[in-house]
Amino acid sequence: MADTSPSERLRSLLERVALELAFVDPEGDDRRRQLQDLLGELTTIAHESDAPPLIQTGIATATAWVAAGPIDQQQLHRLSCWEPWAADAITAWERGYDLPAWPAELAESAEPVGIPAASLSDSATPSSAAAAPPPEAESPPRPSLPEEMVTVLPAGTDTEFMRLFCAEAEELLQDIEQGVLTLEASPDDSDTLATVFRAFHTFKGNAGAMKLVTLQAVAHELESLLDAARRGARLLDRAAIDTVLAGADVFARYTAEAVHQLDGNDAGRPLPLPIPDVIARVHEVLASAPATPAAAAAPARPAAVPPAPQPAAKASPAAEAAPSVAAAPPSRPARGASPSVRVDTRKLDSLVDLVGELVIAESMVAQASPSSADEHLARLLGHLRGITRDLQRTAMSMRMVPIRGAFQKMTRLVRDTAHELGKEIHLELKGEETELDRTVIEEIGDPLVHMIRNAADHGIELPHEREAAGKPAAGTIRLEAYHEGGFVVIRLTDDGRGLDPAKLKAKAVERGLISADTQLTPREALELIFAPGFSTASQVTDLSGRGVGMDVVRRNIERLRGKVEIESVPGAGTSFTIFMPLTLAIIEGLIVGVGEQRFVIPTLAVRESFRPQASDVTTIQGRGELVDVRGRLVPMLRLGEHLGVSAGVRDPQRSIVVVVEAGHDRRCLLVDELLGKQEVVIKSLGETFASQKVFAGAAILGDGRVGLILDATALVRLSRRSTETAA
Amino acid sequence: MSNAAVPVSGPPSAGSPQAGKYLVFTLSGERYAVPVLAVREIIRLCPITPVATMPPHIRGVINLRGRVIPLIDLRVRFGLSAPPDHDRTCIIVTQVVAAAGGRRPYAVVVDGVEEVATYGQADLLPTPDFGGDVDVRFITGMAHAAEQVITLIDLETVAANDPLDALEPSDSGATATSPDTAGDTA
Repeated sequence: MADTSPSERLRSLLERVALELAFVDPEGDDRRRQLQDLLGELTTIAHESDAPPLIQTGIATATAWVAAGPIDQQQLHRLSCWEPWAADAITAWERGYDLPAWPAELAESAEPVGIPAASLSDSATPSSAAAAPPPEAESPPRPSLPEEMVTVLPAGTDTEFMRLFCAEAEELLQDIEQGVLTLEASPDDSDTLATVFRAFHTFKGNAGAMKLVTLQAVAHELESLLDAARRGARLLDRAAIDTVLAGADVFARYTAEAVHQLDGNDAGRPLPLPIPDVIARVHEVLASAPATPAAAAAPARPAAVPPAPQPAAKASPAAEAAPSVAAAPPSRPARGASPSVRVDTRKLDSLVDLVGELVIAESMVAQASPSSADEHLARLLGHLRGITRDLQRTAMSMRMVPIRGAFQKMTRLVRDTAHELGKEIHLELKGEETELDRTVIEEIGDPLVHMIRNAADHGIELPHEREAAGKPAAGTIRLEAYHEGGFVVIRLTDDGRGLDPAKLKAKAVERGLISADTQLTPREALELIFAPGFSTASQVTDLSGRGVGMDVVRRNIERLRGKVEIESVPGAGTSFTIFMPLTLAIIEGLIVGVGEQRFVIPTLAVRESFRPQASDVTTIQGRGELVDVRGRLVPMLRLGEHLGVSAGVRDPQRSIVVVVEAGHDRRCLLVDELLGKQEVVIKSLGETFASQKVFAGAAILGDGRVGLILDATALVRLSRRSTETAA
Repeated sequence: MSNAAVPVSGPPSAGSPQAGKYLVFTLSGERYAVPVLAVREIIRLCPITPVATMPPHIRGVINLRGRVIPLIDLRVRFGLSAPPDHDRTCIIVTQVVAAAGGRRPYAVVVDGVEEVATYGQADLLPTPDFGGDVDVRFITGMAHAAEQVITLIDLETVAANDPLDALEPSDSGATATSPDTAGDTA
C-alpha cells in the first residue's frame, strides 16, 4: 500500500464507497458507519497528498452529508451521483486533465454543512467549478484491471432458490442484451430503455436477495449508467453499450458457472470475473459525458426524453437505488397481460406423458365398447373423447414457447461476428412469435449459431467486394420461422456470395469423397457440404462457401427428427431451410407390419410407399437388391431380415416398399403391410438399449402394446455401409 | 399406481448379504431371492415387444401403465435353460440406479414367485467358490433355509452389466443374424 500513488489509494477507497452504497438499506443497515470511516480515510489522504481543492471540498461535502444524519433515499441518491464524480475527478487530477465540474444536480443540495473554512475559502468552490470545461472525453485506453475471484455459491446458498435465480437471470439477461442492441440502433427508444433498466433493477434485487453482493454491486453500477441515460444525462453511445454488454456478460458467466456448480461440478471453484474492469468502465463512460441535466437539452440529443413518461415501474427517482430485496421474486410484472407460473419442466413432461397415455387409454376404451349397443354409452364416450383431445392440445401447448429467445441470441452473435470481420451485416428476424417445443428450441440453438456464423463468415462478402458486385455494402442475413404442415420451418437466408456447385464438387474430389467422374446434379453438389470430412478448419479461408462442420449441423438436426435443405444461387446468396417437428414428445408415424411385429417409421422420413412390380426389383451381384423408384435405383432393405423378425413375406410383390430418406440418401424398406398413420408419444428406450442404433424410441400403440420407432437415418446409413462393404 | 415419486431404498450392494426380508422365486427349478425392498411389484406376463440387435437375455420391452420398461430374462442371463412361458411365469418389477441420476424401472421375468422369507444373519453365507465356469458377478451370497440353499442376487449389478454385455453383439453387425426373439410376442 505504501508505494501506491495517492490517487490510486483514493480510487480504491472510492470503490469501497461504491460498494457500500450498493448495500445501503435505508430501512435497515444504512452502512453509515462504514461510509464515515471510508470518507475519513479519503479526507486524510486527499489532504496529505495535496489534492486539488475541488476534490478536497467534494470529499468534505460528502462527509458532511453522511455526518448530517442517517442515509435516507435522498442521501443515497446524492451519494450515488457524487461517487462517480469523485472517481472521475481523481482520475483527471492524476492525468493532469481539467477536473470535472461539480455535478449540477448536486449543486442545489450542496449546502455544505461543516465544511472546513479553509476548503471553502479556496478558489475552486463547487459552484464556480461548475463552469469548468468538461474533462477530456477520449482519454487514452485504460489498461484493464485484474479480474476478481468470485465464490459462485457462497456457503449456505439455497440450491432451489439459486436455480430459480439463475433461470430468471438468464431471461433477464436476454432481455437486457436484446434491449441494449435495440438501443444501439435507436437510442431514443425510451420504452426499451425502461425495459432494460427494469431488467437490471430486478436482477439487482434478485442478486441482493441471494446475498450475491458482488453481482449486486455491478448491477447497481450498470443501473446508474442506464439511469443517467434515462434521465437524458448520458447518450447511449457505442462505449456505453459495450460497457452494458460487458456487464451482462459478467452476469451470464456467473450464472453459467452457478448452474454448472449446482449440477455438482467443480464445487467451490472460484470464478474470475472482470468486475473491477466493468465498474471502472461504467465510471469512465459516465465521466466522459457531462452528467448535467443541461446536457440533455444539448444538440446531441435534440428530442430530450422527459423523464416523466417512464412506466410506473419506477415512481420515485431514488427508488432504483434501494436494494429491493423484498421485491425480488415478483419478477417481471409488465410482461404481457396474463400472469404466469413457473413450473418445473419435469412436471410438465410427466403431464404430457400422462395425457398421451390418457389419449391411448381413451381410444382403447372406445374400441372395447360395443359400438351400437348403447346410445347413452356412445354419447358419453364421445364426450370423453372431446375432453381428452382438448386436454391433449392444452398439455402440448404448455411446452410450446416462442422461438424469440433463440432468435434474439443471434442478434448479438451477428453484431459481434460482423465487428470482428469488418463487415456490415443486418440481421432481419421474422416470425419470432412462432411457437415450438421448448426442448426443440434449446436444441436448435447450437446448429443455428453454427450456421449463422458460417453465413457471416463465409457467405457475406466484405463491403468493398459487395460494392464491386453491385450489391449494397451491408449484407443481410434473414432468419425466419413459420409453421407449415405439422412442422416448424426455420429458414436462414443470406445475400452473400452463394455456393458454386462446380467448386464444391472439385473440393469433394480433392478430399477424396467422390471420384472425379461422379455425375452430380447441382442440387446433389450442394448437398456435398453436409458430407462428413468435406471441410476442415484449415481450408476454410480458400473455400468459396461454407461447410465447416455442416455435417455436424445436419446430424444434430436429424437427431431431433428434423431435416435441413440447402439452396444457393452463386453470387446471390444461400438459404438453409430447417424442418423441425413441433414437439419432440409426439411424432406422426407410419405404422408398418413385419411378421408378427409392428414398427413406427416417422413420416418426416418417409418419401413414398408402393407395392412394387416384379420388374421394379433388380438384384445386382454384390450390391444387393435395388428398387426402381421413378427411374432412380434405390437399394432395398428387407426389414424383417434386417431385424431378425421371422415370418415376414418373402415375395416383394406381395409386400410394400417404403422409401425413406436421410439427407440425400434414400433406401427402400420392404415391409409386409402398412397399418396406418398415427400420432404417437415418443418414449425413450432407456439406458438398457443405449448401445443399439436401430430404434429411436418406443411408443405405446392403440392396443396398449409397445411399438418400436425406427431410426430412419440410422437405417439408411447402416444399410448403405453394409451394401458398400459388400461391393 | 406406481408413482416414481415414492422412493424405494435400494437393495444392498453386491458384496455381503444382509439380513432381512427376501422375495424368493424360481428360475429353471432353482430358488433365488432378491431383497424385498428392491421389488416394486409383481405382475403377470404381458405382451412383450422384442428389440432386435440386443443380446438374448434382453427379452424386450413391456408397457407398464404407459411406461416402457426393459424386460430381462434372468434364466438366459444366468445361462439356465429357459422353459417356455407358462401360467406361473411372471414379471418382477424393480428399480435400479439410472446413469442420469435417480432410479429407473427394470423388470425381470422369472418362472414363478414362491414366498417372502426372512433371513437372519445366521442364515446367510458369502458367495462360495463355484469354480471358473460360474458367473458370480450378480450373486451377493447364499441363504440356508429349511434344508434349502437359495442364491441371493443383486439386480443392480444385473442392470449395470446390460449395456456392457450388449455392446458386443450389436457392434459385430448383428443384422440378419440377430437373436431370434421374434416368437416372444405373446
